[in-house]
Amino acid sequence: MTRSLVVVSAGLGVPSSTTALAERLGAAAASALRDAGERVEVTHVELRPLAHALADRMLTGFATGDLDEALRTVSRADALVVATPVFTASYSGLFKTFVDALDPDALVGTPVLVAATAGTARHSLVIDHALRPLFAYLKAVVVPTGVFAASEDFGAGGGQDALGSRIDRAAGELAALVAGLPTRRTPLRAVSDPAEDVDDLPEPVPFEQLLHPR
Amino acid sequence: MQIGIFSVGDVTTDPTTGRTPTEHERITAQVRIAEKAEEVGLDVVALGQHHNPPFVASSPTTTMAWIAARTKRILLSTSTTLITTTDPVRIAEDYGTLQHLTEGRMDLMLGRGNTGPVYPWFGKDIRRGLELAVENYALLHRLWREDVVDWQGQFRTPLQGFTATPRPLDGLPPFVWHGSIRTPEIAEQAAYYDDGFFHNHIFWPASHTRQMVALYRRRFEHYGHGAADQAIVGLGGQFFMRRNSQDAVNEFRPYFDNAPVYGHGPSLEDFSSQTPLTVGSPQQVLERTLSFRDYVGDYQRQLFLIDHAGLPLSTVLEQLDLLGEILPDLRAGFAEGRPAHVPDAPTHAGRLAAREEAAA
Repeated sequence: MTRSLVVVSAGLGVPSSTTALAERLGAAAASALRDAGERVEVTHVELRPLAHALADRMLTGFATGDLDEALRTVSRADALVVATPVFTASYSGLFKTFVDALDPDALVGTPVLVAATAGTARHSLVIDHALRPLFAYLKAVVVPTGVFAASEDFGAGGGQDALGSRIDRAAGELAALVAGLPTRRTPLRAVSDPAEDVDDLPEPVPFEQLLHPR
Repeated sequence: MQIGIFSVGDVTTDPTTGRTPTEHERITAQVRIAEKAEEVGLDVVALGQHHNPPFVASSPTTTMAWIAARTKRILLSTSTTLITTTDPVRIAEDYGTLQHLTEGRMDLMLGRGNTGPVYPWFGKDIRRGLELAVENYALLHRLWREDVVDWQGQFRTPLQGFTATPRPLDGLPPFVWHGSIRTPEIAEQAAYYDDGFFHNHIFWPASHTRQMVALYRRRFEHYGHGAADQAIVGLGGQFFMRRNSQDAVNEFRPYFDNAPVYGHGPSLEDFSSQTPLTVGSPQQVLERTLSFRDYVGDYQRQLFLIDHAGLPLSTVLEQLDLLGEILPDLRAGFAEGRPAHVPDAPTHAGRLAAREEAAA
């Protein structure tokens, strides 16, 4: 069975240190899953090209095109890596807008590895003060190790506390939540799929039950 | 097939002039638009109900009665009547009275409304919106069908030995449509009661509309009211027409770009491809409208939103002239290939005749 590992990056620059971190985490998680005997398909979702579509989604209430596909991909992930730059003491607005566009039930039970980047290590608690509560609200399962990388981490040496070992530890934790377990359930409320012409509205509660609850 | 217009009754600044109409101007404009709709041959005009600025449409039956008195033929409806925050007893009375005054030239579309604070202003809780819609309509349905009602529910004071007056004209309750953009349970409700289902259609992709209508049709058949293609379906739509399509785009763009619902969002071109919005020549509007059947099947009522986004009254009236010009082609197009067993849109006269035929 192939596991879907989806890596979301809200990095804005080209090149982006956030995207670089996300890619390293994705590769490490895929490798840890393969070590655990799983087949893995990795999909990268970059939010920068979706920025206009996300603003439109906020204003119209519906997602189209690549954004629709990205939301669908994330909703169906077996495991998720998310990485955001720190902007003004929290995740970036673009990152939050993408999360806001997800169905509230989309990530229930999904293992998530959270990561953030910033210019200095003084922002590192964004992992625990902003990202964890966000995904706790969505009832995702956040792995114990969050990965924060300041600019200086990219130039630091190895060792137990170095970025590389934090990445490996977090990736191992993510793999442990996925490997050997049944595949992810069908999303509680799937998004519409015009391309496949599927009928994915949830079945309504039969009317007698609506009329006479309990 | 009924073809008409629907409005939400908003007061919106004209973005090209910066001028905001007064409430008085908007209320009288709605009347003028309805009269014009009849003049150009349309079948239906539907008015909204809201209880907060920038809307003026707080009392639909008052406006509907006034329009009915000034017209001869056009059917009055709503888009929508708030079933959640309006006492069903008052809906029974207000619309029951309107039915008599108009000789049955009316129906209504129920909706839940979407503005949070309106619920507490009327002592209700938006989180119970669906339950309110279900219970309130269950009561309204009985009030129009049973002369004396004993009733107790969660949301209003109980009734003992209550008779809603006046009793329905010819003993035939007004026809009810249920409108919802995304709630399957409302399609289920419409199917259960053998009522009509209206999909707003204009703010969301066609794929979504198709699924909601298909669900309603399937459940209509499930409840034994007829085949799925005999369910009563209405759709919204919106257009802006000029004889030259580029003129239509140029003139409408500032209104689109600043529109209250989707303004400052997607481009006119993107929104036109993602939703049923058609900005162009009469021929383009004709062709696009006739394509709606491709994904919802043959249906009964097509309403267009044309009075919105700050468009001046004179422009709205010109739009109605243009709609009147393509109306014969629209009717012919909708009639083409329509199976005989697909019912016409419900009217008081038609339903009365059907009842008499069934009795005979």
